[in-house]
Amino acid sequence: MSAEPVLEIKNLNVDYGLGDQAVRAVRDVSLTLHRGEVLGLAGESGSGKSTLAYGLTRLLPPPGVITGGEVIYHPEKGDAYDVLGLSDKGLRDFRWAETAIVFQGAMNSLNPVHKISTQLTDVLAAHEPKMSAHSRTARAREMLKLVGISADRMDAYPHQLSGGMRQRVMIGMALILQPQVVIMDEPTTALDVVMQRQILGQLIELRERLGFSVIFITHDLSLLVEFSNRIAIMYGGRIVEEAQAATLYKDSLHPYSAGLLGSFPALRGPRRELTGIPGSPPDLKGMPSGCSFHPRCPKAFDPCADTIPILGHPETPDGSVRTVACWLHPASASLKEPVS
Amino acid sequence: MTIPTSSIEQVIPEQGAMAQPDATPPGKAKRSRFRFVSSGKALTGIVILGIYILFAIIGPWVAPYAPDARSKDLVSPPSGAHWLGTTHLGQDVLSQLLDGTRTVMVVGLAAGAMATILSVLIGVTAGYLGGGLDESLSALSNVFLVIPALPLVIIVTAAAPGGGAVLVALIIGATSWAWNARVLRAQTLSLRRRDYIEAARATGEKTWRIILFEIMPNLTAIIASGFVGTVIFAVTSEITLAFIGIGADTGWNWGTILFWAQSQQALAQGAWWWFVPAGLAIAFLGTALSLINFGIDEFVSPRLRSAGKTKIKTASGHTVRMRVGFTPVLKSTTATPVLRNTSSKEAAK
Amino acid sequence: MKYLLQRIAFYLFTAWAAITLNFFIPRMIPGDPVKSLLSRFQGQMSSQAIDSLYVLFGLDKNASIWEQYFDYWKQLFHGDLGLSFTAFPSPVSEVIGSALPWTLALVGITTVISFFLGTGLGVLAGWRRGSWVDGLLPATTFLSSVPYFWLGLLAIFLLAGPNSIFPSGGGYTPGLIPAWDQYFIPSAIQHSLLPALTILISSVSGWILSMRNMMVTVAAEDYITVAHAKGLSEKRVALSYAARNALLPNVSGFALSLGFIVGGTLLVEIVFSYPGLGFLLFRAVTAKDYPLMQGIFLVITISVLVANLIADIAYLLLDPRTRKEG
Repeated sequence: MSAEPVLEIKNLNVDYGLGDQAVRAVRDVSLTLHRGEVLGLAGESGSGKSTLAYGLTRLLPPPGVITGGEVIYHPEKGDAYDVLGLSDKGLRDFRWAETAIVFQGAMNSLNPVHKISTQLTDVLAAHEPKMSAHSRTARAREMLKLVGISADRMDAYPHQLSGGMRQRVMIGMALILQPQVVIMDEPTTALDVVMQRQILGQLIELRERLGFSVIFITHDLSLLVEFSNRIAIMYGGRIVEEAQAATLYKDSLHPYSAGLLGSFPALRGPRRELTGIPGSPPDLKGMPSGCSFHPRCPKAFDPCADTIPILGHPETPDGSVRTVACWLHPASASLKEPVS
Repeated sequence: MTIPTSSIEQVIPEQGAMAQPDATPPGKAKRSRFRFVSSGKALTGIVILGIYILFAIIGPWVAPYAPDARSKDLVSPPSGAHWLGTTHLGQDVLSQLLDGTRTVMVVGLAAGAMATILSVLIGVTAGYLGGGLDESLSALSNVFLVIPALPLVIIVTAAAPGGGAVLVALIIGATSWAWNARVLRAQTLSLRRRDYIEAARATGEKTWRIILFEIMPNLTAIIASGFVGTVIFAVTSEITLAFIGIGADTGWNWGTILFWAQSQQALAQGAWWWFVPAGLAIAFLGTALSLINFGIDEFVSPRLRSAGKTKIKTASGHTVRMRVGFTPVLKSTTATPVLRNTSSKEAAK
Repeated sequence: MKYLLQRIAFYLFTAWAAITLNFFIPRMIPGDPVKSLLSRFQGQMSSQAIDSLYVLFGLDKNASIWEQYFDYWKQLFHGDLGLSFTAFPSPVSEVIGSALPWTLALVGITTVISFFLGTGLGVLAGWRRGSWVDGLLPATTFLSSVPYFWLGLLAIFLLAGPNSIFPSGGGYTPGLIPAWDQYFIPSAIQHSLLPALTILISSVSGWILSMRNMMVTVAAEDYITVAHAKGLSEKRVALSYAARNALLPNVSGFALSLGFIVGGTLLVEIVFSYPGLGFLLFRAVTAKDYPLMQGIFLVITISVLVANLIADIAYLLLDPRTRKEG
C-alpha cells in the first residue's frame, strides 16, 4: 500500500454552541487517510466520531462550529488545499465529487418524495451540467447495476425498497462521481448481520476495483478488524489509539481499546470471556479532568486524573506507525520530537 | 461468561446522524414542566393575560359609567369625560369595553375548559384503549373537525333563543374539542408504546392509574396548548356571534359594541373610537394567548426555538451565519502544541 | 386508490352526520318559532310549501321521528330546502344558488392564494432563520389574532370612501346587471379587492407560521444533510428536498383547517355587504329565517367537504407513499 496521503486532518476542533456554553465535541484530532486505504474510526456513542466526519465536510447543523484546525485534501491532479478554507461554491463543488458520504440510517437518507432515479441524477446535474439527460440516466443505471440492483428499480420510491437495497442505492450514489474518499458513517447499523457483511464485502470489492479510500465509522469494532487496514479509536472527542488493524486486534495498548475489543466475541481463535467496559461514556458537558477515560479505567493510576496524556509513538516490530495516548505508555513519547 | 455492564452493543445509537446535545434529557422534563414560563414570549403573554383577567374581575367596578347609561354627548370623540368617546345613544365606550371584559373572559375560559375536558376524555380514551372504540371516537373527532365550526355554532345558537352566556359557552365548548382530541390521541398512542407504560401494564397496574399517573403528566404541555388554542377560538366565536346579533342577551361584550358600531354606521360617521378599541382589545388578548402557545410549542420541540445567536464573527472579522449544511469555521483557537503523529508526508519522505 | 376511497367514504359519512345534525337542531327549538312565522305568511303560501317546511322543521307532531327523518331525506334529494322568509316567496335553494358563486369566487380564490403565498413565505422564514421574514412573524401573530370582520371594518374606514378606488361595500356597482360582460366583470373584481385583501392579510399568517415550523423540523432530517453533502445548489436543497417534504403536512393541515377558515372568512362578507353566503347567513340570522340558515349551513358544509376531497387528492399526488399500487 502506498503511503501517499489523500486527506489530512490537522488539529481539528469542533464545538457545539458558542462561548461559555460551548461543548467541545472534537478536540485536537489529527488523522491521515492514505490513498486506497480503509481507515476505521471506532468509539462509543458520543465519542465524537460522527462529529469528526461531519465536521471535516462542514455538514454539522447548528449549533456546530469548527473552531480550529485544517483539513488538507490532496486531489488526484493539482495542489493540495484546505477544505475548511473553501468558499461556499468551492465547497459545493468539492462535496460528493471528491468526498462522498454513506450515511447511517438508510431509512432517512433518501428523500421520500422523489424517485431513486431523480436522486441519482440530480448529483450529476449539479456537478456535470454539460452531461445530457440521457447519459445521466445511463450513468445512474450503471451505478445501480454496480451495487447489484436491477435497473427496473430506477423508478421506485425509497419506501418501495428494503433497508438493504436503500443502503446499496446510497453506496451507488456515493460512487457516482468517482470520488477519491468515501466516508461511511455506521453504514450498516440498521441492517441485519448477514446483510451487513454482504454489503461491506461488496464495498471492499468495489474499492479494490475503483481505488477510492474509505473512512469507516462504526461502534462495531469487530467489523473494523475484519474490513479495515488501520483503526483509530476515539474517546471523549480525542483519538486515544491508532494502529494497523491486525496490530490493534492482537496487541492493543490503551485500556479503552482493550475494553472495546473485550466486548464482542472473537472472530477467530480461541473463545474469550466477554467483559465489556464498566460505567458509561462521559458527558461532553462535564468531561473528566486529565485522561477522560480515567474514571472507567481499570488501570488508572496517579497522573491519569490530573494530566492529559500525550499521544506517543511506541515501537512496532514491523516498523508501521502506531500511536497511543495513555500514561501506561509514556516512554514512547520521547522517541519522537514534538511537532509544532 | 460475565454479562457486560455496558457493552457497546447496548449503547443506544445516536439519534439520527445528527444527535445534538441540546435535547432535554427525559429525566429533567418532569421537574421543568412549567419552565416554558421562562421564555420571553410566554412571559409576555402571561403578563398581558393577567391584565385582562384583572379587568375581568374589577372592570365593572372601575368603569366610569354604566355601560348602557345614555348621555347628551352623541357620537362624540374621546374627551376628558369620555376617554374613548360615546355611541349613538351617548353611551360611554370605555365603560362598555370594561364591562364586556368579564363576559368575554368568562365565556372564553369556560368554553376552553369544557372543550379541553372533552378532548382529554375522548382523545386519551381513544388513544389508550384503541380498537373499535378508538375508530369510532376518531371518526367522531374528524367529523367535528371537518364540519365548519362557526356556521354550526351560529345555527345552533340561533335555534336556541333566550340563551345566556352559559349557553354560548356550552355550545362553543361542545363544538371545538375535535382538534385537541386528535392531537392528544396521537400522543397517547405513541406514549402507550413506550417501555415504562408497557412495563406498568405487564405488572398489572390498573388502567385508570396508568392513564392518570403515567400518561397524563406527559400530556400536560399538549393539554395546556390545546386549552389556550381553544380559548382563542372561543373568544373569537363569541364576539363574532355578538357581532352578527346572536346571543345579544349575554350582556355587554366587545362583539356587542361592534354590532352597534356596524349597524349605526360608525364607519360612515368616521367614529373610529367606537370600533377600534374593541378590535384592539380582541387582538391583544389573542396575541397574548398565541405567545403563550409559542412558548409551550418551543418548550415541547426545542428545534423551533429561535437559535439565539445566528450570526457569529470569525477571527478574520467576517460575520458568518449559522445555517444548515455549511458549518461555520472559526479559526480563533490556536492549537495546543501536542506531540502527534508525524505527518505522513514526512513519513513518506 | 384505496386511500382515496377511504376518504370519500369518510366524507360521505361526514355529510350524513351534518345533514342529520341539521335535521335534529330545529327539533330542539322550544316554542316553535317557525310556526309563528308560518302563521304570519299564512294565505300567501301554497299548501305544498307549507308541507315542505313542516317536514324540515318537524312541525308534524303526528309523524314518528323515523318517518320525519325519511321524509326529510326524500325532500333533500329533490333539492327542496323550503321557502325563505326573507326573500319570500323564493325557495331557499334559489336564494343560495344566487349567493354561492360570489362566495366561491371570493373565499375560494383568496383562500387558495393565501395558502400559496403563506407557504412560500414560510419556506423563506424556515430556511433562513433570522432573516427579514422571521422579523415579520410578530406582526403576523397580531394580525391572525384579529377577527377577520374587524380588520374589514378597519380596511373600509382607512381605505374605502367616495374618492378611493375601493368601494365600501356591495358586490358590484348598483344598476349593473350581473352578466359576463365588460361592464360587470371589472366592477365585480373592483368590489372584491378589499374583502379579498382583508381575508388574505388575516389568514396568510397561519400558513407562514406552520410552514416555517415544518421547514425547521424538516431541515434536521438526514436527507437534507445528504442533499447538502451531494453538493446540490442551495435552491435545489431548499425547494426540492426541504420544502417539498415540509409541504405535505401543510397540505393535510390545509384540509383540516378549511372548516375554521371558511367560517371566519364568510363574516368578512357581512362587513362589506358582499352578496355571498356569509352576508346571506347574517341576513337570515337577523330575520330569524330558519329555513335559509339551515340551507346555508348545509351548503357550506358540503362545499368544505368537496374542498377537503380536492386537498386530499392533491396530497395523494404529492406523497408517493400514499400511492400504493393496486
